[in-house]
Amino acid sequence: MSEETLLSVRDLRTYLDTPEGVVKAVDGVGFDVRAGRTLALVGESGSGKSMTALSIMQLLPEPAARIVEGSVKLDGRDLLDLTAKQMRELRGKRMGMIFQEPMTSLNPTFTVGYQLLEALKCHGGARRSGLGQEAVKLLQEVEIREPEAVLRKYPHELSGGMRQRVMIAIALANRPSLLIADEPTTALDVTIQAQILRLIKRLQGEHNMGVLLITHDLGVVNETADDVAVMYLGQIVEQGPVDAVLSAPAHPYTQALFASRASREHRGRVLPVIPGNVPGPHDWPPACRFHPRCPFRMDVCEKVTPEVSHLPDRTVRCHFVSPLEEEAKLEH
Amino acid sequence: MIGNLVATLLLVALGFAVRNALRTPLWAEAFRRMRRRPLVIGAGVILALFTTIAIADSYSWADGKNQPTKTVLDRVFERPQERTYSPPMAKLTTEASPKPLLATHILGTDGVGNDVFYRTLKGVRTAFLIGGLTTLTVLPIALLLGMLAGYLGRGVDDLIQYVYTVLDSIPGILLLIAMMMILGQGVPQLCIALGVTSWVGLCRLVRGETLKQRDREYVLAARALGLGAPRILMRHILPNLMPIVIISATLGFSRLVLAEAILSYLGVGVPEDVGSWGNMIEAARLELAREPVIWWNLVSASTALFLLVLALNIVGDALRDGIDPRLRSA
Amino acid sequence: MLRYLVRRLIYAIPILLGVSIATFALFYLTVPPEQMARQNISAKNPTPQQIQDWLVARGYDKPMPEQFSKHMRGMFLFDFGKSDSTSEPIVDRLRSGVGPSMVVGSMVLLGSVAVSVVVALVVAAFRGTYLDHWVTFLCVLLMSVTFLVYIIGGQFLFAKLLRWFPLAGYQEGASGLRFVLLPAIIGIAASLGANVRFYRTVMLDEMNRDYVRTALAKGVSSSRVLFVHVLKNAAIPILTSFVLSLPFVVTGSLLLESFFGIPGIGTYMVDAINGQDFSVIRALVFLGTILYIVGAILTDLSYALVDPRVRLE
Repeated sequence: MSEETLLSVRDLRTYLDTPEGVVKAVDGVGFDVRAGRTLALVGESGSGKSMTALSIMQLLPEPAARIVEGSVKLDGRDLLDLTAKQMRELRGKRMGMIFQEPMTSLNPTFTVGYQLLEALKCHGGARRSGLGQEAVKLLQEVEIREPEAVLRKYPHELSGGMRQRVMIAIALANRPSLLIADEPTTALDVTIQAQILRLIKRLQGEHNMGVLLITHDLGVVNETADDVAVMYLGQIVEQGPVDAVLSAPAHPYTQALFASRASREHRGRVLPVIPGNVPGPHDWPPACRFHPRCPFRMDVCEKVTPEVSHLPDRTVRCHFVSPLEEEAKLEH
Repeated sequence: MIGNLVATLLLVALGFAVRNALRTPLWAEAFRRMRRRPLVIGAGVILALFTTIAIADSYSWADGKNQPTKTVLDRVFERPQERTYSPPMAKLTTEASPKPLLATHILGTDGVGNDVFYRTLKGVRTAFLIGGLTTLTVLPIALLLGMLAGYLGRGVDDLIQYVYTVLDSIPGILLLIAMMMILGQGVPQLCIALGVTSWVGLCRLVRGETLKQRDREYVLAARALGLGAPRILMRHILPNLMPIVIISATLGFSRLVLAEAILSYLGVGVPEDVGSWGNMIEAARLELAREPVIWWNLVSASTALFLLVLALNIVGDALRDGIDPRLRSA
Repeated sequence: MLRYLVRRLIYAIPILLGVSIATFALFYLTVPPEQMARQNISAKNPTPQQIQDWLVARGYDKPMPEQFSKHMRGMFLFDFGKSDSTSEPIVDRLRSGVGPSMVVGSMVLLGSVAVSVVVALVVAAFRGTYLDHWVTFLCVLLMSVTFLVYIIGGQFLFAKLLRWFPLAGYQEGASGLRFVLLPAIIGIAASLGANVRFYRTVMLDEMNRDYVRTALAKGVSSSRVLFVHVLKNAAIPILTSFVLSLPFVVTGSLLLESFFGIPGIGTYMVDAINGQDFSVIRALVFLGTILYIVGAILTDLSYALVDPRVRLE
C-alpha cells in the first residue's frame, strides 16, 4: 500500500470580501494528504475547514471569496496555476467531493441514474453501452441493494443514508485518487453515520484513496482518521498523527476541546468548558487568535503571531508549547 | 379645517412610526445599508419631494368669507387659466410679472387652458391619497385576518381562506370596474374598490409568515409561560411580520397608483374635477392626433407618474435588501 | 390524476357558489338601484320616469328572490341573457370576440415568455457583472412605466410617426397579421421588465443551491449546469406562472384591444363600461372567474407533471 503524497497544501490563504470588511477565512493553512490515509480536519463552525476544502476544489462562492496566496499541489501540479477548463477536467476524475446535506446536494428533478451517468459521461467519453452496467456496479459498491430500482428513483424517494451512498457513488464514479468529505455524516442518524464511515474506509482501502475528512465530531476523528489537523479561526493550531494528538494534545485549544467532551469520567463533576465565545468573523483577536481564551497565555501571545513549530511527532502553533521545540532540539 | 387637522394627524403619526422604527436595530441596520447607495438616496429624495408637494396641497384656507379655499400649493403654483392650448414656456396672456419664471406656463396649458405644470402637481396629492387611504384601510384588515388564519388554524383558517379564495377568483380588473360602475366615481369609492381587490395578497403573505412564526421557539416559550393568543400575536408575532408588511405596502403603493391611472383612463376612476394623472392621460390621448401634435400634457403626467412609481419601487427593493438580502423574491 | 381532477372540480363548486353570491350582492345589494340609475343616466337630474325605465330595462324592479333566482340560473346555465344596451345575446358577442382576443393574447404571452427567458438566462450566466446590474436596473425602469404610456407612446411612434404599422383595425386570417403585430410587440415590451426580473430571481435562487455545487464537483461544465440543471428546476415556477396566465389570454387585454380596434372580449368590456351595460359586466365577471378557476386547476396539474417531488393527493 503506497503512501505517496497526493495533495500538498502550503500556506493557503482564502479571503472573503464582506460589506463590513475582509474576513481571512483560511489564513496560512498547510497539510498533506497521502494515499491510503485519512486526514481529519477538525474545528468548530467558522474555523474555516469547509472553506479550505472548497478552496482546494476551487468551488468558492464567487466573487466574494478569493484565494490570495498559497499552493495546492495535486500529484505535483499546482491547482492554482490551472485554467478553469483544466480544473474542470480534474474535478470528479482525480479528486471527488461529497457534501453535508445529501437531500439538497442532489438535483431533485433528475433521477439518481441520470446524475450518476452524467458523472460517468463527462469524463469517460461516449462509451454508450456498458454505462448502465457500470452505474449498477457503482451502486453495488456503496452497498445499495436493488441498484437497478434505485437508479430509476428520484432523490426525495430515498432515505438520508441511501442518498449519501448515492453521493459517494457519484463522487467515486471515475475513481479519483483523492476524496474530500465535508461533514458527510453530520446530517445523518448515528447508526447510519457508522455505516457510512465504514463504507468510506472500505472504499479507501480498495482504491488506495487519500481522504480529507472534514468534521467537528471528535468521535469520528478517533474512529476513522490516521492524521488530524485542528483548526481555529482560519489557522491550523495543531497537526499530527491521531494517536499522538488525541492521547496527548499539545495545543491549549486542542486540550480544552478534548476535555470538554462529555463522557463517563465526568459523571458528577462540572463539565469543563472553554471560557469565552468564538469571536465573530470581524472580531478576531490579534496575534495568537486563541489567546483571550487560553489558560496559558503569556504577554507575547497578544503581540506576536505564533509560527508553525515542528515537534518530533506533530506541529503546533503556540508560544507556550514551542519552548518544547528548543528542548527537543537539544535532545537530539 | 377638518382637512388640515387630518393632514396634521397623519404627519404626526408618520413621524412617530419612523422614529420608533429607527430605534430598532433591524431597521437602523437596513437604513444604514440603504444610505450607502446613491440610487436609493436619489429615490428617497424624489419621494421626499413628492411628499412635500402632497403636504403643501393638503393645507388650505380661504382668504375671505365667500372665497374658495386655496391650498399652499395653489398659492404658490396656480396660474391663471388661458382659453385653450399653449405650448411649454408660453407667456401668460394676463398681467406680466417681473419674475421671468412666474410669467410663463412652464409646461404649457391643456385644452381648457389649465396650466399643465399646476395640474401635474395637483395630481400628486390624489396619488398619495389613493395609495395612502387604501393602504391604511387594507393593512389592519389583512393583518388581522392573516394572523387569525395563520395562528388559530383549522375552522377559522378554512373560513378565511374560503373568503379570500372566492374573492381572488374574480379577476381583479373586472371586479374593480364592476365595483366602480356600481359605486360611482369618487376618491372614497376608488379606495374601497382598490382595497377590496388588494387585501388578499397581503393577507396571504401575513398568513404564511404567521404560520412560520407560530412554530418557532419563542412562541412556544410564550405559550409555556401562559400568555394568551392576543398578547402573543400583538407583542411577539406582529413585530416579526412588520418588515415583510412594510415592504409589501411600499411596493403595493406603486401598484395602487398605477391602477388609479388606468381606471381613471377608462373613466371609472377619479372624477374629472379632481386632478389626477390618469385623467390627464385620458384627456391627452386624443391630443396626439392633432396637428400640430400636443404632447406636453401626456409627457408631464406620465413622467410624474413614472418618477413616483420608480422611486417607490427602488425604495421598496432597497428596504427588502436592507432587511435581509436573502429575502429576494420578485 | 383523474381522482385529483375530479376532487378539484368538486372543490370548485363552493367557490363558484360563493362567487355567484358575492357578485349578486355586489350588483344588486350594495347600492340601492335608484342610486345606480341616477349615477348612470347621462341626464343631470333624471326624472322618476327615466329612473323607472332604466330599472325596468335591467330587471332591477322585480322582487328580490326573483332577481336572485334569475341571477343564479343565469350563472350556472351560462345563460347570460341579453346586453342592456344593444339587446343582443351576450354569448354571440363573446363567441365572436374570443378569436381576436386569443390571437393577440397568445402572441403576447408566448412572445414575452420566450424573450424574457432568454434574457434572464443571459443575465443569470453573467450574474454579478455590470451587464447584470444594468439589466436589472433597466427592468425596474421598464416596470415603472404605466401600460398606458407603452400603448399610447408605441402607437404614436410606430403607427403615426414612422408609419411602420397600421394605426388600428383587425382582419381575419394571415393578411390580418399586420394589424396584430404592433399591439403584440407593445404587450411584450410592457411585460418584459417584470418577467425578466422574476425569471432572473428564480434562476439565481436555483444557482445558489447545493446541487449546483455537486454537479460542478463532478466535473460538469458550468454552461451545462446552467442550461440543464438550473433551467430544469427554474422551469417549474416559470411554467406555473405561464399556465396561470393562460386564462387571461382569452379575456384579452382591455387596453390593447380598445386602442388598436381589435374586436375582442376586451373591447366588449370597454364598450360595456361606456354603455353602462351591467348585464355584460356581470357575464364577463362570471366568465373571468370560471377561466381563473380553470387556470388554477391547470396550474396545479402542470406542477405535478413537471416536479417529481409533487404527488397529487
